Amino acid sequence: MQEKSPPKTPLRSPKVGLFVTCLVDLFRPSIGFAAVKLLQDAGCTVEAPASQICCGQPAYNSGDRRDAKAVARGIVDAFEGFDYVVAPSGSCAGMIREHYPQLFAGDAAYEARARNLAERTHELVSFLVDVLHVKNVQARYDGTVTYHDSCSGLRELGVKHQPRALLNGVAGLTLKELPGAEICCGFGGTFCVKYPEISNRMVSDKIADAAKTGAGTLLAGDLGCLLNMAGKATRAGVDLECRHVAEVLAGMTQDLPPIGQAKK
Amino acid sequence: MSFAEAPTSRNFKQNASAALRNETLQRAMGYLGFTQKRAEAVARLPEFEALRDQARDIKDHTLKHLDFYLEAYEAKVMESGGHMHWCRTPEEARRTILDLCRSVGARSVTRGKTMIGEEIALNPFLERNGIEPVETDLGEYIIQLRGEPPSHIIAPAIHVTKEQVADTFLEKHAAYGKTRLLTEPREMLEEARGILRGKFLKADAGITGANFLVAETGSSIIVTNEGNGDLTQLLPKMHIVLATPEKLVPTLEDASTILRLLARSATGQEFSVYTTVSTGPRRRADPDGPAQYHVVILDNGRISMLGTEFQDMLRCIRCSACLNHCPVYNAVGGHAYGWVYPGPMGSVLTPGLIGVDQAGALPNASTFCGKCESVCPMKIPLPKMMRHWREREYEAKLSPAIARWGLAAWAFAARRPRLYRALTRPAMAVLGRLGKRRGNFANLPLAGGWTEFRDMPAPEGKTFHQLWAERSR
Amino acid sequence: MNARDDMLAGIRKALGRDGSADAATRATLQARLKGHKQNLVPKRGRVQGREKIEAFVKMAEFSLATLARVRSAGDVPGAVADYLKSQNLPPKLRMAPDQKLDAYPWASKPLLQIARGKAEPEDEVGLTGAFAGIAETGTLMLLSGPASPSTLNFLPETHVVVVRAEEILGSYEDGWAKLRQIADKLPRTVNFITGPSRSGDIEQTLQLGAHGPRRLHIVLVDDGADAGTER
Repeated sequence: MQEKSPPKTPLRSPKVGLFVTCLVDLFRPSIGFAAVKLLQDAGCTVEAPASQICCGQPAYNSGDRRDAKAVARGIVDAFEGFDYVVAPSGSCAGMIREHYPQLFAGDAAYEARARNLAERTHELVSFLVDVLHVKNVQARYDGTVTYHDSCSGLRELGVKHQPRALLNGVAGLTLKELPGAEICCGFGGTFCVKYPEISNRMVSDKIADAAKTGAGTLLAGDLGCLLNMAGKATRAGVDLECRHVAEVLAGMTQDLPPIGQAKK
Repeated sequence: MSFAEAPTSRNFKQNASAALRNETLQRAMGYLGFTQKRAEAVARLPEFEALRDQARDIKDHTLKHLDFYLEAYEAKVMESGGHMHWCRTPEEARRTILDLCRSVGARSVTRGKTMIGEEIALNPFLERNGIEPVETDLGEYIIQLRGEPPSHIIAPAIHVTKEQVADTFLEKHAAYGKTRLLTEPREMLEEARGILRGKFLKADAGITGANFLVAETGSSIIVTNEGNGDLTQLLPKMHIVLATPEKLVPTLEDASTILRLLARSATGQEFSVYTTVSTGPRRRADPDGPAQYHVVILDNGRISMLGTEFQDMLRCIRCSACLNHCPVYNAVGGHAYGWVYPGPMGSVLTPGLIGVDQAGALPNASTFCGKCESVCPMKIPLPKMMRHWREREYEAKLSPAIARWGLAAWAFAARRPRLYRALTRPAMAVLGRLGKRRGNFANLPLAGGWTEFRDMPAPEGKTFHQLWAERSR
Repeated sequence: MNARDDMLAGIRKALGRDGSADAATRATLQARLKGHKQNLVPKRGRVQGREKIEAFVKMAEFSLATLARVRSAGDVPGAVADYLKSQNLPPKLRMAPDQKLDAYPWASKPLLQIARGKAEPEDEVGLTGAFAGIAETGTLMLLSGPASPSTLNFLPETHVVVVRAEEILGSYEDGWAKLRQIADKLPRTVNFITGPSRSGDIEQTLQLGAHGPRRLHIVLVDDGADAGTER
């Protein structure tokens, strides 16, 4: 099978496979459509192969390599033939980029393909900025926002300045830095249900820090963290709107209520 | 009390719950303030990152030739007039140390801080055998008086507030009277200094650990800020070094490289106040120093980690950076981990030393946020190794059955797109409809772990792939 | 099998070998042990001349040591006497039996009571020289021996160290290299001292003078010349 390597210079109209991720698929498809819009605005042809489901991280992080591989094979198969694979999640993109090569090491049928996929895979916002060199998005968001750096994107993929660079170009938006932005929110996949009390302490601290900034909106790049933070904010009665950064960058917040809140 | 004699790692979850509800502990943990100082120290040294790479390579090289370096080290220890004692198990090490102490008729021994001493429950053993062990590091002294194990590697009494220290001193230092006022750390330090000075002067043997063993010279190196380790090894007749094989580095130059990382990573200091390189007993013309120098080299499970996916853990220099930066450690403190080593490094090391059946909860108590690895001076891939322990646990079928079944069911569906969509679409449609008014659920069947503390945001209703298919039609 | 053989065999098995490494590997490792090759030495440990002296002073003070500079050897006794007075300490000290120290004109300060030898529990002030000062962290490097009892570094509440500018080196590695020039074996103890004793063990509040000296005072003999090289 002929494998494509990632192009060295940006193609005029790269063919991008959108890895929707299982959480976005189920809970907040709008994030997926925000990603589609951002990618198309940047000149990409976007497809979302129907056979994709999950990167396999829940099994992988539970020590179940066999099931992790079985699920991950589906992703390797699904994203054959794209110039790039882009996910609106640092965690899922990090799984493919950083962990698939290890997961498939020694697997005759999949190792090379997994490595190749890893090279082509990117987190959405860093893809826009670092690969497509997008400098500005056409969007408006009236309000003060703060930004939480989700752990995998930050530490596995170096996603830090890219969302800030694009957010600063959104009309009407003021970005206020979140103290402790790099501290984990306590989601951690199955961690948050295995150790709910510790997770609760971590997310409570996070929400308190976010509230202290005075920003009305808390953004992040991973829906897992956002479900955790939004769920805590509503439970704690903290007046904070949680949104995926792509929703704001795509200008899709008008008709879309914040995560975990009803339409006004 | 000693964790080595009674591990509670199995009860991590309950321990953690209790810790989160313990207001005194939570207040004490709030004083842990090394992270900012570390960041400043790292910023002052532009070569810090390059030094991390070199330090990792030095230890990897040493581990790869550990037998050679151990033998070379031993030869130099003997050449300088010291003695080396090889011990496989805690029992062998305790017996060796007891015999050494008895050989000089020791009634009281001073102790420099050693985590390995905790590993082998040395103090209770010496006490049972009629020898008084005196911990001399201030933090260790405080918790020895309180009958507690350390909760942090370099700040062993971080879980204790100053009011608790005062109460302990009032109770245990009866000779100073029971009505004096002890309110400030300064006063407590002075009192401990006075008492411990007497203990230093009358000790018959001193037991320290080692931060490094140097193969080139047969030296042991300790670092302290208090100077207690030096008084421990300098004043008595006999100095006993209790160390493990992975403390070895080839040369003084190699030790110097890693020392540049140690204090900066630990406390954010440029260098610890006292870095002491000891080689053998006092020389003939020396006016002071111990007449005997013994190294007790203990395996206690390290060698079984060599050549496995856990070998990288043997690079650890016990700086505590991973503890200091860990949100889980900061939330629950060290005792919740239930054995000698807490935090991320403990979550990797403990299953290796006491078994994953005993300590499997620890590598599970991580969000894999990766902060520990990012600050580890020795670049130990801690999350990766915690995942490896989860794999061992899973393979041995030690993880809870319900979690295993759930995972199996999910994995079955997650590789069958049509089945998966057929299951998830109606579920999301129902949840989307039910959650529309509030936007979230305060309660959901089977999601108690989530909804006990937070709401579950409601899904939008249709799934992405459903909408995408409709849009493409 | 005895513990030693058992442990070594265990290591070899884990490393995938039956016995010790082959002769060629052993020779390479021996050469590495004897080569004293330096790893990366930070730039601040490689400075020279005046810059090195100033770096030492800056970093020693950063470590909370105090430091007084004198222009010549003749000023040392006065600087020591002044320091003791400034700290309200009696003019009484225990000095290392070190020829280097004997060379200073102590008779010029007849009120200073000087005893020589190792430290006794009641000694309040210890005075020593240093084998070297290390600029990169303001560290003093002292060797145990007949002329420098280690107890002087730890027992008295005040430790005064006289260092000459030409004894200041850049890095720890420079210290090892200098030591190897004068001896083929290490002394019983090499003490690297960076500031006075301290503890933060009670609620992380920094307190000086935990078990070792409360004060570390450095008298730097520095004539201001472009020093820093061995003379």
